[in-house]
Amino acid sequence: MRMLFDWFDDRTGIRQFVHAALYEHIPGGSRWRYVWGSTLVFTFTVQVVTGAFLWMAYSPSAQTAWESVYYIQHEMQGGWFLRGLHHYTAQAMVVLLALHMMQVVVDGAYRAPREVNFWLGLILLQLVLALSLTGYLLPWDQKGYWATQVATKLMGVVPGIGDKLQSLVVGGPNYGHHTLSRFFALHAGILPGLLIAVLVAHVALFRRHGIHARDPDPSRDSTFWPDQVLKDSVACLAVLVVILGLVARHAITGGETHARPADYLGADLGAPADASEPYPAARPEWYFLFLFQLLKYFEGDKEIYGAIVVPGVVMFAIFLMPIVGRWRLGHGFNVGLLFCLLIGVAGLTVQAMVEDRKDPRFQQAVAEAEASARRVKQLAQSPTGIPPTGAVTLLRDDPMSEGRKLFARYCAVCHSFQSDAGEGLAHAQAPSASNLHGFATRQWLSRLLDPKGVDSVDYFGATKHREGEMVSWVKENLAELDGPGRENLRKAVIALSAEAALPAQRAADAKDAKQAAEGRELIKSQLGCIDCHRFHDAGELGTAPDLTGYGSRDWLIAFVSNPGDERFYADRNDRMPAYAPHADDPHRNDLSPKQLALIVDFLRGDWYEPRPGR
Amino acid sequence: MRTEPQTDDRRGFGVKLAAIAAAALAFGTPLVAGLIVLLDPLRRRNPSGRFLRVASLAAVPADGIPRSFPVVAERRDAWNRFAAEPIGGVFLRHMKDGQVTALNGICPHAGCFVGFDGTRDRFACPCHKSEFRPDGTRIDPERCPSPRDLDALAVEIRGAEIWVRFENFRAGTREKILA
Repeated sequence: MRMLFDWFDDRTGIRQFVHAALYEHIPGGSRWRYVWGSTLVFTFTVQVVTGAFLWMAYSPSAQTAWESVYYIQHEMQGGWFLRGLHHYTAQAMVVLLALHMMQVVVDGAYRAPREVNFWLGLILLQLVLALSLTGYLLPWDQKGYWATQVATKLMGVVPGIGDKLQSLVVGGPNYGHHTLSRFFALHAGILPGLLIAVLVAHVALFRRHGIHARDPDPSRDSTFWPDQVLKDSVACLAVLVVILGLVARHAITGGETHARPADYLGADLGAPADASEPYPAARPEWYFLFLFQLLKYFEGDKEIYGAIVVPGVVMFAIFLMPIVGRWRLGHGFNVGLLFCLLIGVAGLTVQAMVEDRKDPRFQQAVAEAEASARRVKQLAQSPTGIPPTGAVTLLRDDPMSEGRKLFARYCAVCHSFQSDAGEGLAHAQAPSASNLHGFATRQWLSRLLDPKGVDSVDYFGATKHREGEMVSWVKENLAELDGPGRENLRKAVIALSAEAALPAQRAADAKDAKQAAEGRELIKSQLGCIDCHRFHDAGELGTAPDLTGYGSRDWLIAFVSNPGDERFYADRNDRMPAYAPHADDPHRNDLSPKQLALIVDFLRGDWYEPRPGR
Repeated sequence: MRTEPQTDDRRGFGVKLAAIAAAALAFGTPLVAGLIVLLDPLRRRNPSGRFLRVASLAAVPADGIPRSFPVVAERRDAWNRFAAEPIGGVFLRHMKDGQVTALNGICPHAGCFVGFDGTRDRFACPCHKSEFRPDGTRIDPERCPSPRDLDALAVEIRGAEIWVRFENFRAGTREKILA
């Protein structure tokens, strides 16, 4: 064995190499303040290892990036932990870089002959920031998408070549497949490659110059192995513990409880990127917030100062530190500059956070973003799963999400949608038409057929129907009902509501089938509804809306398509637009068949709900 | 016996030049091949100047309040073609006198979508707090992060329909430059 090793050493010189690596002389002995560089090498190694494994599961394209990250986070075993490690180690690296730089500047370790190594360190800093910027986009969620948009749009303000630069980085005029493939190539290939090359040079130069010790005590001299290695390793472990704490922070604070760790541990994953969906909650990662805040101070076309000139001047000042440090007062100036910068960065960061915390619209935007992230994951876990067109279509086809937005855009101009408890859509102006929350439910109909409810703004709003025949009929005929009369009305409500076949009333409708049958007969006879309305085979059309299938999917689609149709309000229609009157030429309609169905399903509460426990 | 290396300066220079040229050619070929492909996006532009149908007149009440509508058109993303996808958003404003104006919903500062805040009667950008009046002009041009007003788009009324020439403009510039 020894002979074999001797032979290998003779051919390679391995002993000397290992000896030089391990027994580096440390004047004054090992110290805790030397650990920062090693913790950075450690965190970078963690990123290479976790990144390589994430790579094996990641697929960079506009229809697969979010989907593959979702799969890593929520479906693959231990995926949330691997992703969490990668995410929080990236953040730890930024903090450790700041600490390393502070230690180097305060100790004056940038002075001759170490200037070049200080500059290499600055390049490493830039590379780490570039890695985190490119990594932020890769999950292709709304947060990363819109925050990165701002960063690449800012490239456009570079004089002369801005738009070309932007187009090259984005891979075309708009974000898409090639934005992801370019960012991924930078993030996983080019930037780490450069980083390794510069890091090797950085460590080699560091070894060439030896450790920079202040006032070393020669009696305590020691070597890298084992004294400093022990301190370095303990420091790396401490960093790892902090990272693990961040990965599991929601379990530690106990704020949220979910059945599965992937739902609340590790890194966040927002709703999939959608270029047509504004994202008012867009913010960069916390360590870029100071730049974000800085931009607010440069108005109009002075933006280039905030985006490029000021950061450039600051980087140049840091670059000059080794030269400035040659003068007697220079070192003091450098330390002062660094602390001013750190205080400035911290101040801007805190300011950005406080402004957001105090801004109710931002808080609401964050809550909405979280809600749609939760929703899209529910849909992805539904039996439908994620279609090949990507998860963004899950939300676009979801009545609960898209139907709600369409309602807000097309219907909420006149209609409100609010329960007594205030759930539903917030409304800016006074509604001029009915409140459609719970439309065609027993509760909604009971109040319509209540003399005290029928003329409220919730039913006929401010339309002429508020003083119409229905209101006067209810007031005249239903004001003083006796016991059996009330019972008959209750059955009629059950029958009419059953016409809608609402998902939320499925159980109640089945239970009360007999009463509904009685109610149907009452509507056709005793109650006199068919004097104006048609109901199945009784009554005529043209005087009042058809009650056959009232509130059902087909009925609502037909109604919204053309409320002025003979089947509904005919010529008594008051201001409700026809959203799809041209059945033969759908392009002329305001709402496509799909949009119409989404709005109607939203009104009926007809959407996928996960079974409890999942 | 070793012969002394050739020390003729002129010949030495020629050899060095040839060595550098050969190496540059050899190593440069794959690099140039890659760069040509990398620069491909410079050739690509968004189709623009098309009038697109955005909404019917009936869908925009004539009350002067800006309302957001998606612009749906064909979209291409590298190898994919989407027949009808939302490619942007516009705010339509139908005045009491019947006039209709359209604004691109993207803030000219950094490209975020602005929202219309009905309670304060203004557009507000969620990113860097630019604010605009309902007609798209900046409320405080001196201090607004946006270098120009919201971008107005050409509108045509065709029958009972609102058609808009949908264009995106470069962010961060004082002038409206097509993106």
